[in-house]
Amino acid sequence: MNPYNYLYVAGLLFTIGAIGVIVRRNAIVVFMCIELMLNAANLTLVTFSRINGTLEGQVTAFFTMVVAACEVVVGLAIIIAIYRSRRSASIDDASLLKR
Amino acid sequence: MVTSSSLVYLIALPLFGAITLLLAGRRADKWGHLLGTAMSASSFGVGLYQLSQMLSRPTEERAIGQKLFTWIDVASFQVDAGLLLDQLSICFVLLITGVGTLIHIYSISYMSHDENRRRFFAYLNLFIAAMLLLVLGDSYLTLYVGWEGVGLASYLLIGFWNQKPAYATASKKAFVMNRIGDMGLSFAIMIAFATLGTVSFAGVKEASEGASETALTAIGIMLLVAAAGKSAQFPLQAWLGDAMAGPTPVSALIHAATMVTAGVYLIVRSNFIFDAAPTAQLIVVIVGAITLLFGAVIGTAKDDIKKALAASTMSQIGYMVLCAGLGPAGYAFAIMHLLTHGFFKAGMFLGAGSVMHGMNDSVDMRRYGGLRKFMPITFITFGLGYLAIIGVPPFAGFYSKDLIIETAFNAGGFKGILLGSITLLGAVITAFYMTRVMILTFTSPKRWEEDQHPHESPFLMWFPMVILSIGSVTSGLLFYRGDALKNWLNPVFGDHGKDHYEEHLFEPIVVSAMALTAVAIGVGIAIMKYQLSEIDAVAPQNVSIFTRIARKDLLQDSFNESVFMRPGQVLTRLLVKGDENVVDGAVRGIGRTALGAGATLRRTQSGFARSYAALILIGAVALIAGIWVVTL
Amino acid sequence: MSSLTLLGILPLVGALLIAVIPAEQVLRVKQAALGTTILVAISAIMMWLNFDESNTAFQFVQSAEWIPSFGINYAVGVDGLSLVLILLAVLLTPIVVLAGWNESEGGRWSAKVFYILILVLETMMIGVFAATDVFLFYVFFEAMLIPVYFLIGGYGSGERAAAAVKFLLFSLFGGLLMLASIIGLYVISSKNGGATFDITELSQMHNYMSSTTQNLLFLGFFIAFAIKAPLWPLHTWLPDAAASGTPGTSVLLLGVLDKVGTFGMIRFCLSLFPDASKTFTPVIIVLAVISILYGAFLAIGARDIKRLIAYTSISHFGFITMGIFAMTTQGHSGAILYMFNHGFSTAALFIVAGWMIARRKSSTIADFGGLQRVTPVMAWSFFIAGMSSLALPGLSSFVSEFLVLVGTFTRYPVAAVLATFGIVLAALYILIPVQKALHGPTTPGNENLPDLNLREKFAVGPVLAIIIALGFYPAPLLNVINPVAAQVIESQGFTDPVPSESAGK
Repeated sequence: MNPYNYLYVAGLLFTIGAIGVIVRRNAIVVFMCIELMLNAANLTLVTFSRINGTLEGQVTAFFTMVVAACEVVVGLAIIIAIYRSRRSASIDDASLLKR
Repeated sequence: MVTSSSLVYLIALPLFGAITLLLAGRRADKWGHLLGTAMSASSFGVGLYQLSQMLSRPTEERAIGQKLFTWIDVASFQVDAGLLLDQLSICFVLLITGVGTLIHIYSISYMSHDENRRRFFAYLNLFIAAMLLLVLGDSYLTLYVGWEGVGLASYLLIGFWNQKPAYATASKKAFVMNRIGDMGLSFAIMIAFATLGTVSFAGVKEASEGASETALTAIGIMLLVAAAGKSAQFPLQAWLGDAMAGPTPVSALIHAATMVTAGVYLIVRSNFIFDAAPTAQLIVVIVGAITLLFGAVIGTAKDDIKKALAASTMSQIGYMVLCAGLGPAGYAFAIMHLLTHGFFKAGMFLGAGSVMHGMNDSVDMRRYGGLRKFMPITFITFGLGYLAIIGVPPFAGFYSKDLIIETAFNAGGFKGILLGSITLLGAVITAFYMTRVMILTFTSPKRWEEDQHPHESPFLMWFPMVILSIGSVTSGLLFYRGDALKNWLNPVFGDHGKDHYEEHLFEPIVVSAMALTAVAIGVGIAIMKYQLSEIDAVAPQNVSIFTRIARKDLLQDSFNESVFMRPGQVLTRLLVKGDENVVDGAVRGIGRTALGAGATLRRTQSGFARSYAALILIGAVALIAGIWVVTL
Repeated sequence: MSSLTLLGILPLVGALLIAVIPAEQVLRVKQAALGTTILVAISAIMMWLNFDESNTAFQFVQSAEWIPSFGINYAVGVDGLSLVLILLAVLLTPIVVLAGWNESEGGRWSAKVFYILILVLETMMIGVFAATDVFLFYVFFEAMLIPVYFLIGGYGSGERAAAAVKFLLFSLFGGLLMLASIIGLYVISSKNGGATFDITELSQMHNYMSSTTQNLLFLGFFIAFAIKAPLWPLHTWLPDAAASGTPGTSVLLLGVLDKVGTFGMIRFCLSLFPDASKTFTPVIIVLAVISILYGAFLAIGARDIKRLIAYTSISHFGFITMGIFAMTTQGHSGAILYMFNHGFSTAALFIVAGWMIARRKSSTIADFGGLQRVTPVMAWSFFIAGMSSLALPGLSSFVSEFLVLVGTFTRYPVAAVLATFGIVLAALYILIPVQKALHGPTTPGNENLPDLNLREKFAVGPVLAIIIALGFYPAPLLNVINPVAAQVIESQGFTDPVPSESAGK
């Protein structure tokens, strides 16, 4: 199969993720969308690894997965902490960065 | 040129006096005046010694020089601190130190009640030193040092009683107007260096022989500006009247006998430039002619005895400048009038000081009258000076003024007749206003208050007056007999001065007769107007417009104020505002813009994570698009 | 180690010494500062005596690798120009310490910090004039701002914080442009025969530049220097900074620091970019003439005595700049001498004005009156300093001002004529404060002002003595200056104009 099709899929996934991050308010959904974008990137890395016949891309993909896993742990913990204190998982309510 | 190592003492002695008195402070109060007088007198002694040495040498070796050290030496611009004593400068040296010493003696008594007498003598010594440097410098730049030095001394002395705001203003005015003249001297030196490559008298003289008339005319006009500033000539004359704020001995020494004649010295010293620049000469003559009438007219309207004398000084210097502008024929006569004027005018100023001394420092002549009886010595010495200035033979002024009138008539053609008429007219007016001063002060009925007790001044004051009056009687004949002064000065002016007697418009005796007639007319009018009629103790107000203008110094101050001072003040205020609001405003504007931009951009920092994410996305897309466009 | 480096380190040693003295022992701190600065001054005079006047190359040189990968060296040396300015700096510093004996107290920090800052500044001033490596010069140029910033902001008066920031921003802006130019020079040198920051080698680089490059790089340097030696219209920081700093700070600021600008114009603008200098000369001459007249008019209109002195300096810097770009030996020598003389006459003015202000607790000219009768010595000191500022012949400024005018006249007569009007304005801007503050009746509030004490007389005495001595005998400095001035003119490809009327002979 033409390896470029994987890139199109990855691009589609990334776009869905990006739109999701911008459009949705629920922190959990935003979080999922970020995961979607990370995986789109992973897919791209692997595809290029395949096209170029090298292994670096695949190795990097593993790194990304590990980082993503860590991120999930920390991120979910933060979301839960925020939910506990505010009774809301909407990220627009937490605009504390302004200050 | 013969060199000498003793010239410097002429300057060093009074300079030492000035520095000592200024540094010693109050400690010198007891002996300061004595030291000052001694220093001036010993400088006079050195001057006499130099004269005797000079007389013992043959004519061509009479000029001597002394190089003290190299002052400025930058590539081709080389100026030595050098002194030059020739037949011209020795005249000035003796006048300055001689009259100067007499005035020192006078001041011991005149200033005896002033707690700052020591400082006064320090200034006087400083003046003597600077004036000697002016006449002894061997280049225009060393002359310049003395030139501004006397300006400084004059400033300090005019403002000696500067606790009175008007006096402080007068001293400032004198300094600033002198600076305008100094600017002219700066220009002259710059042009001389740029065109001739040197600024020493000898060098300029040599280089001027092959130089173009344009360059020399430019130098000459600038020298005239300088001379006009220092000698209170039109149009820079306005400071002299106000300069009378200084103590009277100062007026006698600086503003009558010596400093104000520096302009004449400068023109005569630069004879080689003016001889080759007829246009500049013509302007010199015009300035002299205007000033001689200008000063004389002002003199007729003044009730302040010192200001009347100051106007007279201005007018007499006008005579000298006019004569110096007539070229080789006139130089020696200009100097002759300068010297005789030094005697009689200094004497009259000291006389005026003596009168003021006896009249509780009142200067209003309308409040004098009948002082002849109370101040006989002052009356006689002042009277001798009076006879000299109006030009009654055989007093000094007769010879010197007569020669100027004659030279003016001999200038040739219409110019000669015009100039001669002007000098004659000046003589009429001079006789009128000086007679007026005499009558108002000495011979008319008394008009002073009962609490004033006029009395003769002490010995230390009348003694210098007596000496000066002897000078005003004899000096004219002394210089005139056998063309003594003319022959003495001739070597300074090169070969020019020899053959200028062939053209006579009138015979000398006719000129003398005309001059005497002029004097008689002037005296006659004055006697009719003042001696034979009642004099008001307060100046009458219902007078003609001409009198009013003359009383206002022919509107010289109004002119300067409305043309220079007010626009200058407006310009200053505008620039100050402009600097605050435009130049610095631009800077502050940049600051405000930065702050405003910050405040605006801060709004984009909403704190919403999703808008940040959107911005990141847009940025990334824009970046990729950019790269894509570039690599396409 | 060269004696020049030792000279530069000496003040730092003094600063360390002061750092270990307990802050409470203020007198000890002051004595240490005074001792150090006097020692530095004596060492510099010794160096002057050992200076070979006939040699136009750098002397007392020392060079050591600093950042070899960029070709940056610690390289110092002096020629006549830098020697004169180093002398100016180290002679003024002890006078500032002595004159401002009490101005370190009452600041935001202790007196100890004040003197440490002064001594650090002295090192910087020596370094900036001695550096023969462009990068090293830049480092000193910028580092110098730090102590001055704290001196104004910490010990000044009035709106000192705002003035300090304004000063810093102006200077940093200029410095940034200069840094860009320095990097540009570095790039050009690395393309043409090896990367270097050495001033002598860089002065050959103009052969490899296009005229546009040269013009741009020139402007980078020139704007930085025109801000330092304030040239209209980049001058507005100076009155604020000078009026807000302590008198001592202002003396160093106007007297020495601003000279870095005119020094840089000669050392860098002219020698690195001769062709661009020629291109911009007409513009710069015009700006200089404007500065002369503009500064003078603003000084006449000034109500605050410190601002007045600052504005007179703008006028004087106009003269210096004009002399530099007139490209004649007289103009150049005059300009360099003017830098020295202006340092001293302004120092005298500012020191005495500082004492007047400290006594009267006001810097408004109209608040004074009749001081000549109350405090004669102080009034006379101010008067002599003022006379030097208006270039009275016989005082030091006259020689330099006249040389500048004569030198300019031979090449740019119109500019010289316009500038000469400045001497009439100078009479006004000096005599107006003299009349208002020193003459006239003694006004209320001034009756009991004390006259100068012994310390103050010792501080101002040497300054006035130097002003008078150099007025009559400028040869000691001119002998040092002349060779370097002649060399700069020659290397620019200029010869002095020949007197127009003697050309045929």
